[in-house]
Amino acid sequence: MRLSRGARAALAVAMTLGLAVIYVPLGVVIVSSFNTDKTFGWPPSGFTLEWWRRAVDNVGARDALATSVKAGFGATAIALVLGTLLSFAVARYRFFGRDVVSILVVLPIALPGIVTGIALSSAIQTTLRPIGIDFGLFTVIIGHATFCVVIVYNNVLARLRRTSGSLEEASMDLGAGVFTTFRHVTFPAVRSALFAGGLLAFALSFDEVIVTTFTAGAGVQTLPIWILSNLTRPNQAPIVNVVAAVLIVASVVPVWLAQRVSADTAGGRL
Amino acid sequence: MSSAEGARPASFARRVSGTLYRRPGLRLGGLLTAPLGYLVVVYLGALGLLLMSAFWTTDEFSGNLVKSFTWANFHAVATTSVYRTVLIRSVGVAAAVTVICTAVAFPMAFFMAKVAPVRLRRGLVVAVLTPLWASYLVKAFAWRSMFSGDGVLDWALTPFGLSSPGFGLPATVVVLSYLWLPYMILPIYAGLERLPESMLEASADLGAKAGRTFRSVVLPLTIPAVVAGSIFTFSLSLGDYITVQIVGGKTQLIGNLIQTNVGAANNLPLAAALATLPIVIMVGYLLAVRRTGALDNL
Repeated sequence: MRLSRGARAALAVAMTLGLAVIYVPLGVVIVSSFNTDKTFGWPPSGFTLEWWRRAVDNVGARDALATSVKAGFGATAIALVLGTLLSFAVARYRFFGRDVVSILVVLPIALPGIVTGIALSSAIQTTLRPIGIDFGLFTVIIGHATFCVVIVYNNVLARLRRTSGSLEEASMDLGAGVFTTFRHVTFPAVRSALFAGGLLAFALSFDEVIVTTFTAGAGVQTLPIWILSNLTRPNQAPIVNVVAAVLIVASVVPVWLAQRVSADTAGGRL
Repeated sequence: MSSAEGARPASFARRVSGTLYRRPGLRLGGLLTAPLGYLVVVYLGALGLLLMSAFWTTDEFSGNLVKSFTWANFHAVATTSVYRTVLIRSVGVAAAVTVICTAVAFPMAFFMAKVAPVRLRRGLVVAVLTPLWASYLVKAFAWRSMFSGDGVLDWALTPFGLSSPGFGLPATVVVLSYLWLPYMILPIYAGLERLPESMLEASADLGAKAGRTFRSVVLPLTIPAVVAGSIFTFSLSLGDYITVQIVGGKTQLIGNLIQTNVGAANNLPLAAALATLPIVIMVGYLLAVRRTGALDNL
């Protein structure tokens, strides 16, 4: 498409402004974590490392981080298995109700989190509690997995649509069984899509607040729940700000990793 | 299996593999059982229970669920004017956020996919993806401190004789648009990237200027991607109740009503009846956009 010089310049300006709007609030958080003023007034009144020192010693934040990582791994593991199975069925077979499946799988992410949240919460209360399973890490993982499945499913499905099934047929014609074919032909083809999907699923679970609120119960605190309950406390707010700054800086790592591993330019699909 | 191998008994894995190979139906069944079982039992099951409880009531004194059929909750939702106002406001906010996100995301995605030099693309994608990982709450609170009385916005706008709009509905729309912007940029970017360069060249060769190519080739082919992004921005805004608590002042959205009825008011049936509104809206939206192929562009 031959764009005029003016149009190109306008688009470049839009891109720059867009990125500026995206990054200014994040920059404010990072700067505020060194601000002596507890209420984050602007411009900052002075420089301090006090909040960072206190944050390192904060047991609540560390425990919450560990819980979040556990929940993220659990939900991602379930999503990887279920999402992959489903994407293979949809990509490689024709069956009755295939369209319904493609709607069913996006439903958990397309319906607002609060709907998923209260539905799961009341279901846990009426069905799981009587058999002795109470709200906890397990129920958080179950809840997160419902909307993580679609992320893995989308990534693997997109990959499968681009790799033809004839490679698999060739492998089987040459005498490899179903499992051998999967190990040597199919899996290598979808590996990077699995990685990208798994990373995004983990990210989604790691940052989830609403479904977590309704499925966690009193004893389990993920990092977002910890942040939510501490932000309004004047003494804790600066420490939350430090945790936030760390999260912002740390978030570069997984995105960069996904970019390196995935051949997909988008580094993963939502 | 060759005759040489046939002499010794085939391994278990080999036999399972053989059976699966001969029976595609069995393969399909094996693939579908676990994921569909999970989604149907856990997700649809829970939704079904929720919808059922919308027809129940709570005992006024004990607060326990009374499982007898009644239309009372739906009647309350349909006739209470506050609920209608809040619903219209919520849909309006979700629509506004979607429009703003599309307007901001499209030029950015277009620049990333079609204008920026190839070596820059990767960096730009990373730059857009990274904030998706930075906590939702952190970003909402960053905006709270920016909108507040002595925050960044006031500081930046005062020299121009303006002041921060403060907390309220406009702030909510701004922050929600900010939060869900990457969810719109990524599908559009992916859609534009898949658009073959040769089609754009063909259009130019046939005499179309950039504007005409954009209207007649680019836009029709990227509509599914935009719709895919809008599923995220619309749904995520429609159910939000936390951002509006943080920057919305006294504003209430449908999510807040549902949340108060589940929590403080302890009226799950009424909350369930209210929750059917976003469910109906989103399912209707999904069914309507299915034909555009948007679901393949998520």
